[in-house]
Parts: sequence; C-alpha cells; structure tokens
Amino acid sequence: MILVTVGMQLGFDRLIRAVDELAPDLVMPVVAQTGKGTYKARNIRTLESISPSEFDGMIKQTSLIVAHAGIGTVLTAQRFGKPLVLFPRRASFGEHRNDHQLATVGQLDGRPGIVVAYEESDLRDAILRGLATEMKGVAEETAARRERLTSAVDRFIRTGNL
Amino acid sequence: MLLRPTLEQFEVHFATTHPDLPRRAGITEATILPDCNQDQPLNSLRCLLAAARLVFRLRPDVVISTGAAPGLFCVLMGRLTGARTLWIDSIANAEQLSLCGKLSRWMSTRCLTQWEHLADNDRPGYAGNLL
Repeated sequence: MILVTVGMQLGFDRLIRAVDELAPDLVMPVVAQTGKGTYKARNIRTLESISPSEFDGMIKQTSLIVAHAGIGTVLTAQRFGKPLVLFPRRASFGEHRNDHQLATVGQLDGRPGIVVAYEESDLRDAILRGLATEMKGVAEETAARRERLTSAVDRFIRTGNL
Repeated sequence: MLLRPTLEQFEVHFATTHPDLPRRAGITEATILPDCNQDQPLNSLRCLLAAARLVFRLRPDVVISTGAAPGLFCVLMGRLTGARTLWIDSIANAEQLSLCGKLSRWMSTRCLTQWEHLADNDRPGYAGNLL
C-alpha cells in the first residue's frame, strides 16, 4: 500500500485531494493520515490520526510514503528504509506559517530514496518514481553522515574538539 | 535519541519537556523541564529556574542540547558552572538557524548546524547530520 501522512498538527487538504484524485490510477490501495483536514476523500481510506505504534505496524506493509516535508516523517521513512515522496506545505495556501518546508525539500531533493513533488501536477510522476526507487545502499549512505556527527559529539565530550 | 549510544558510553542524564519521550525510550531517570517559548515569559522563568536547579545539582562536565529554549537554559547554566557546552541545532531548521541557535552562538562553547549551507566559520560549524 501507499501511506500518506501530513503530521499530527495541521491539515493538508491540497495533498489529500491530489492523492485522492490520483488513487484510481494507482496499482495499490492508499491509506491517508489527514490531521485536521476537512476534505472528504472518495477513493482512499482516511484516518485523522494514527498512534505511533499503529503507525509503525502500518509502515512495515507500506511500499511508499507520501508526506508533507516534515523532518519527523523523513526520519521515519529512513528508519524503515522506505522510499518517500515529499510535497511541501506552502505559506501562500495557509498550510504553514512560513515556507520552511520548501527550504527543507530544496536541501533533500536528489537524495537517494527521496522524490520531491513541488506542485500537485508533479505528484503522479513522483509517486511512480518513488515506487520504482531502489533502496539498496541508501541506509549505508545515511549511516555515514550520521557517523560523522556522532563521532564529532564523542570527540567533543572527550576532548572539547569537534 | 539517535545520539543515545554515543552518550551512554559516559555517565549521562537526560532532560526533556515531555514525559512520554523518556518513557517510550525506557529511560527512567530523566528530568522533565517545564516547556516554554519566547511568548511565555512566566513559563520561561519557571523553565530557567528548573534548568538552574538541575545543572547546579548535577554539575555536569558537558552539557549538550539539541534545541529549543529549555536546552538553551541548560547550556547557559552549564556555562556558569564551568561545563563544556555544545549546541546542535535541529535538523528542522534548514533555512536558517533557530532563534535559540543564534543565541547559542554566543553562549555555548561550540555550536553546530545540521545543514552544511548554514555553517559559518565554526559558529555554527557543520559536522554531518542525523538525517
């Protein structure tokens, strides 16, 4: 299945609506966690919120995560080794206070395992590319970046140098 | 929590604002600080006092914060007690350093951003990220 998630705090109807309209063409079922959105989906299953333990269970059966550009979601996708399509919230649509999610995807665009859809019209291609993503080797690459920071912290504690 | 294995090589005490976080991670000894932000002067004062109590009681050698006002207060108190302090700005701040991150440039011994393009002559520096 494809799991759509928009975080717990704010609704994100523009994403839910776009995926709902695409859903009949997708080859697998879609489940969406919608937060406080008001759009009534017709083609996909929606849940306002999903508890963390339920979420972990669902994600194991997920082929692709489609989400707002929240860092928590990026970390979760990484933890479970799932490909991720990011669709940033925009301040101009009242979806967030500012355009920081746009800045986030700007930095993450092109990373292995992550596909960015900037507009609703990009979503279909992004989802197909996401589903075709090969996740082999992605975890190792993340581990290397992480290792650099953890060893800097280790050094700082021992010596005061980073 | 991604830093936990690194930290647990040493004698470590965790402080956070939400009791669920240590509970979920199976940490029993954590200190829960009152949450606060720049719009809540009274809560900020409460948090500052709680941070002072904690740091003056434990007298840590090193204080490391991964963000927000409660962490900054601990860094500040750490500085006052002679601890070595490190600020690691949240990976969520991709566009600019958080307000506390900017303040930490003056308060902490060292500070780090997790985004290479935000690094500025080691204040903040960049040394990889958790993403």
